[in-house]
Order: sequence, then structure tokens, then C-alpha cells
Amino acid sequence: MAAIALTINGKSATVEAEPDTPLLWVVREHLKLTGTKFGCGSGLCGACTVHIDGKAMRSCQLSVSQVAGKKVTTIEGLSPNGTHALQKAWVAEQVPQCGYCQSGQIMQAAALLAVNKKPSRDQIVAHMDGNICRCGTYPRIVRAIQRAAKEA
Amino acid sequence: MTIHIKNGSIDTDISRRGFVYGAAGLTFAFSLGGLGRTGEALGATQPTKFNAFVSIGADNSIVIICPSAEMGQGVYTSLPLILAEELDADWSKVKTEFAPANPKVYGNYHHLMGGAQITAASISVPGYYMPLRMAGAQARKVLVDAVADKWKVPAAELTTDKSTILHKKSGKRISYGEVVAFATVPAEPPKITEADLKKPSQFKLIGRKDIGRNDVPMKSNGTAQYGIDVQVPGMVYASVLQSPMEGAKPKDVNVPDVMKVKGVTKVIPLPFGVAVIGDTVEATRAGVQALKVTWDTSGAAAASFDSEKAKEAYAAKGKDANAETKVEYQVGDAKAGISGAAKTVEATFWTEHTYHAQMEPMNAVAQVSEDGKSADIWTGTQFGALAGQIISGILKTTPDQIRIHNQFLGGGYGRRIWPDAAIQATILSNITKKPVKLILTREEDIAAARPRPMTHHVLKAGLDAKGNIVGWHHRLVSENVDAVAAPPRFKATGGKDYIGARGLDQAMYAIPNALAEYVREERGMRVHAWRGIGSGYNKFAAEAFLDEVATSAGKDPLALRLELTKDKPRANAVIKAVVEMSDYKRKRPGHALGLAFSDYHDTLSAGVAEVSFDAKTGKIKVHNYWIAVDPGQVIQPDHVIAQTESAVVYGLSAALIEEFAVKAGAVQATNFDSYPVMRMSEVPEIHVKIVTTDNPPSGMGEIGVVTVAPAIANAMFQLTGKRLRHLPMTAERVKKALA
Repeated sequence: MAAIALTINGKSATVEAEPDTPLLWVVREHLKLTGTKFGCGSGLCGACTVHIDGKAMRSCQLSVSQVAGKKVTTIEGLSPNGTHALQKAWVAEQVPQCGYCQSGQIMQAAALLAVNKKPSRDQIVAHMDGNICRCGTYPRIVRAIQRAAKEA
Repeated sequence: MTIHIKNGSIDTDISRRGFVYGAAGLTFAFSLGGLGRTGEALGATQPTKFNAFVSIGADNSIVIICPSAEMGQGVYTSLPLILAEELDADWSKVKTEFAPANPKVYGNYHHLMGGAQITAASISVPGYYMPLRMAGAQARKVLVDAVADKWKVPAAELTTDKSTILHKKSGKRISYGEVVAFATVPAEPPKITEADLKKPSQFKLIGRKDIGRNDVPMKSNGTAQYGIDVQVPGMVYASVLQSPMEGAKPKDVNVPDVMKVKGVTKVIPLPFGVAVIGDTVEATRAGVQALKVTWDTSGAAAASFDSEKAKEAYAAKGKDANAETKVEYQVGDAKAGISGAAKTVEATFWTEHTYHAQMEPMNAVAQVSEDGKSADIWTGTQFGALAGQIISGILKTTPDQIRIHNQFLGGGYGRRIWPDAAIQATILSNITKKPVKLILTREEDIAAARPRPMTHHVLKAGLDAKGNIVGWHHRLVSENVDAVAAPPRFKATGGKDYIGARGLDQAMYAIPNALAEYVREERGMRVHAWRGIGSGYNKFAAEAFLDEVATSAGKDPLALRLELTKDKPRANAVIKAVVEMSDYKRKRPGHALGLAFSDYHDTLSAGVAEVSFDAKTGKIKVHNYWIAVDPGQVIQPDHVIAQTESAVVYGLSAALIEEFAVKAGAVQATNFDSYPVMRMSEVPEIHVKIVTTDNPPSGMGEIGVVTVAPAIANAMFQLTGKRLRHLPMTAERVKKALA
């Protein structure tokens, strides 16, 4: 066990964990930020997507020691009250069904819009293809990203 | 309140104990016992306890209880909306709470469930539609009567709107919240009959396109709570290396090695696998990684099952005239019709095992009391009452001592009917005497799969000289799902497989002589309900075969379906609707269209797939999917569209991608690399049309799955002249079929 200092959602946090602990479990179980989800543990589904220094990363594939000193953002820190343009678009397009993958979808999409304000449909699909939605809300995810790009 | 069906109308009476008085206001409580038969078939009963569907606070807040589980299908909104409609509630003040597992109060009296409190078969809205409307109307009537009494005006002069009672003549108005402050419940509560309910033309909430789902905001900001998100004080974590098949038990386990892993506190071999208990999730994961286990498969029926090698035996059963069969559907004399036909057509079909792949791996938090006689369980389940019953048996207590705290489900699709994670967590909590949070890894979740069965189909049809179908014979060979997933019902019905045989019938088609039957295979797989159940594979075979029959008869597949449904106007209408929306008769160069029709639990649908094909890679590309559905009365139109889109994607994934093989009883897939599912780049444009009718609502959760695979297979024939008769239609398999 080691005390590891993190910056998460703009705040400093210290967790007692083995250095090789996946960031996912630190976020979910140690820090109780449960919006980030466990799906596959192998970087295959995207449910655990968070931002590391603004880039979308799979938190199940990063050890907590790798992110020490970096800025970690989870769905809880994306916007103050769920008011990010994507979150508003997600509601407007009624995207979620079971909803389990949607934090990861939104975090993945937010990283795209941060660097590409007006992505084409093909760019959206290419960027989002690593995120599985088993409820098949894909058509609505595309529409919501397009809406957010338009309204942001 | 008890609801009775008398002379075809629903009569209600309230028992006094159905009301609770409290500072918060009035509670209108229901006991739904007495309507229909009991839930015995699925083994789900608990002692009757007082409970409620709606309560109203003095602050005008309204809480409506949702008796079903929310797994993305929308009942968290649509069921309260139905009650709120008859209550004339201010929808903005309504909050939803999940019901506890108590089938005597919250059971679903749809004829398919007979009172079990289970969320399955797309029958939440159909089954609760009338009881929830009655509950809303009853509450409204109590409020109105109380005001009529206080204001000394006839109740008939009072109207309601948005949680307010109005007296037009005097201009007086009062909110429901103000009413509950003084209202008392009459000794003889008002009776509600169907005549007291609104006519659909009077609906203010039902059918609105602008009412969104209540759970969407919290599922867009990370605050929706799933089973996996629950933490309770003092809990430890568990991971269970699942037995590779039902009945396999751990034999040799390297316990001392695993105990050396930091944070691991216990390693427990159990009949269902090897549990690793630890202080953190990561410790239990590392512990499972370190496990070396040999398995005793002497008690495992599946140990000798190889899904490839078994196909020979399945095929033999398909042909065996003396095989023991169960008849699912019979009209006229199919065998005579076929033997006397001018021409016969025959084909065989296959489908492989599929896995639910719900995004939230199975999990539960269990806290067994110190005396071991009661437990609290936090989990997302489609069938909390079953969990309660099984767990009460394990703890040798009564089901009322098992409190199931249902959470949002990160996908269900049938997988969360069986409460295996809750059972395992309970056993571990009972051993460790601590609350236990069990989270399966994805690999464990797949090892513990409860798949759609592998199936084989033999179809025969006879045609007369004019090309009319004079005989139809469909034989299904597979494991029986009811035998595994609903053993009490399987026993009670003498071995009928309701789930697996769904969709074998041809009740929507005017075929004079038809026989649909099934032959049982017993291979020890934990076959289960999977979105669309039997219809997913039975309609694939039947609807693809119908196109073959049309070709043999020299008929157009569309014309044949219109002819066969000419006496079923709703079926006929969805076919015509999808033809129109897809511009079906227009040729697309390099592309082709295929059509399929299906009913499912009273909902009708027809789908058209537009495909192209890369002969080099063998890959089918679906460009467009059009689907028309008639689900009767629509509660939330946009949500019906969303459910249909969702089911179509699920159906596409099953049609084109999903399968796992089984070797020596073990599932040959481990994660989303070896069990791929549909991703965004593969999804076509999906076009949904609701064909509105004023029939009672029927389910929308699954119907979209059913037509996809046959529509694609039929389109591929139009494009290539070759039949695809094996699901999934993967590139490799298609290449082989077309070679």
C-alpha cells in the first residue's frame, strides 16, 4: 500500500492503494465516484472512459501510479450540474436506455468535441467505435453529438 | 384494494387496511391478489404484506411505485405515467420508486405471468396497464369525493386537471396536496369499474411525444445507481472464478498461493466456483488471477458437450420420424397436406448459442444478518421475488426475511432473470459474516453465461398445382429453455417449453394444414430467455423458409405474405406499412431488399433490410432497416421508437456477429474480443414507423429483434441467389455458403 496523490475533478485526493491498482477501481470504490463503469476490464468496451489531461482514456487500463500528477476527470467532473452541451443533448435526444455505458460514451464524445468542434458523421463514428452500447442507442448517440456540436 | 374480474369487467374494492395515514399524506394501497391465477408457475410467491402504488404529500408531491425493474425498457417512466393519467396528476410532481419484491401485491397478472412479479416477455405495460389505471382512478375518486363532501357540491360538478380539483360553477379550486390535509377515507371506499376510466381520446399524458424518461438525466450525469454502485459499511469484496459449466466443482485449488496475494483474506472453494474474498476489488481480481484450479466434472451434464460435434445428433433428431415430439401448433393435417402436394420444399436451418453481453457484469451486495435468518440484497434483477425465494431457501428462512433492494439494471435482456450473483453473494456473506460485494469479471460473466440455445430446424412445405401452401411442417431441435429457466412451469405443463418454442406457430398466416413441434436435446447448458426468446430463431427459420416456398411457388415473397395475412388486418397493415416506408419495389443497383413479418406477444411487426455484399471478404453490409410495428395503445411514442431501434440493433448483432462455441461443456469465449457485439460503425440507418391502433397495449421490448435475421437472409437471396440458413451470418460462414 502506498499513499497516492491525485487530482480528480479539480480537487486533490489521496488514496491508499497498491501502485498497480487500475484507476477504475480507485475512482469507483476508493473515491466512490461510481458514474465511471466497469464493463470488460480489458479496454474493449469503453464503459470506464475518463479524461486524463483532457484525453479520453480507459481507466481499467491505467494504473493509479501512472496518473499521479495528472488531471483526472470523470463524468462527475465534466460539468457542474450535468450541463455540458453533450449532457443536454443526451437528454434532448433521449439517448440512454439501460444507461450503463453512457458515462463512457459522453466522456469519449467530450474529448472529440474538445478538439474538433464540428466533427463529420464519419469522424464521430470513427471516434466512438470503441464504445459498446448493448442497448443499441448508437443512432441517438450520433444525433446527440451532432446536436451538441451545433448548439455548443 | 382487491381487483376481481366479474362478468368480463373489472370490479374493485378497497380494504381499509389498504390505507395508511401519516404526516406525509394519504397512501392508496393495493393488493392485487384475486386477479388471475397465482404465480406458482414461475415459483414466485411471498406472503401478502401491505403495500402501495401511490401516495400524495401535502406539498403536492406524488410518489408512484413501479412494480417492474428498469433495464432500459422505460417502465420507470411509462408505468407511473399510466397511473398519473387516471389520477390527473401534475406529472412534474411525480417521483418513481421501485416496489419491493412482493408478488402478492405487485405481481403481473398478464396471462403469460399469472401474478409473478417478474420483468420479462415485454409484458410490463400490457400487464399493469389496467391495474395502474384503476389505481389512479381510485385515488382520484377518493380525492374528488372528499372535496364534494367539504364543499357540499355534487361530485359530478367537480373536474380534475394537473393535481387540482375545480368547481366550475363557483370558480373554486383546490390542489391534491391541500385535499390530503383534511381528507378521510370513507368506510365504504368507492368502487371503480372500467366505465370510470378515461377514453383514449381524453388522455392528457399517455401518447405525448414531449414527455421524456425520468431516468435519462441521471443516466447522463453518472448519478443513476446500479447494483454495482452500491456500497455498505463494513463490506468486503468478492470475486468468484465461476465453474466452467453447471455442476463442475473445484477439485484441487492452490489456496496457499492465492492467500499470499496482498489484500486477499479468504479463498473458498464452493460448488459453483472458487471465491476470493478481499479488502479491495483489485485484491480479489489479483487473487483470481493467481488461482490454479482443476475441476471435477463428474456431476456436470455438459462436460461431454461439444457444440460442433453435437450437430450430427441434432440433425438426426430433426429427421427421425420416431423422435419424441411436443406439438406447439397444429391446424388441419400437415403431414397429409405435404404428402398429397403437387410439389414439396424442404430446408434445414441452424442457429448458434448467443450470450446476453449486458454491459453491467453480474453483481450483488448481500448482507446476511448475524443469526443467518434474514438478509438485505442490493442488486439489479428482473425477478427479485425469485431471488428472495431461492435465498430464503438457502438461509432456511421465509421469503419475507429477504429484502431485495432493486437498483437500475445495466442491461437485462433476460440475463437478470436468474439471480445467480445474489445467491453467490449471500452464501459468501453467510460464510464471512460480513456484507459482501460480489462483482463478476467479464470473463466470469461469460463463463456463467445463460445463453440462447443452439437450435436446429427442419422445415417442409407442400404446394398445390397453383402454388398455394397446402402443408407446413416446422420441427425445432434444441435444449428446452423452460426446463432450465422455469423448472416449476416445465414440470406443471408436462415438459412444455414456452420460452424456447415461442414463434413456432403460424397463427397469423392462413395455412390450412400446419404442424409445429419440437424435439428435446439435453446437453446440460444453462439455456435461458434471451431478448426475443424462441421467436428469435424460430421466426428466422420460418420466415426465411417462407421466402424459399414463395420462390418454389413462383410467387413474390411480399405478395405471398399479403395473401397469407389477408384475414388478419393488423398483420396485413404492418406489412403494407413497411413496404411503403422502404419503397420496397424500387430496385437499388448492387443492393437488395428482403422482407420478414412476425408477431410477438400480441405485437405485430414487419421489417425490410437493404443489404450489399462483399464477395471477397464475405461481409454483409446492412444499409437500411425499415420496421413497422403495431403495439396497440402507445404510452410513450418516442420511447416505442427507441425500444424498436434498440431491438433492431440487438437483432442485427445476433444475425451477423454473435455466437460462441462450446467445447467439453465450456464456453469458448472470454471477453468482447472473442465475443464481439455490434458497434456503431456497423449500424445501418434504422427507420421505425408506429402503426397506430386503439387495441390494448402490447409489449415493445423485444419485437424489433425478430424480423432482422430473416429479412437479411431474404435480402441476400435476392442479391446472390443463394440461401443463408445458419446464424450468425458471419463473413466466414457466408463465404462458405456461397462458395
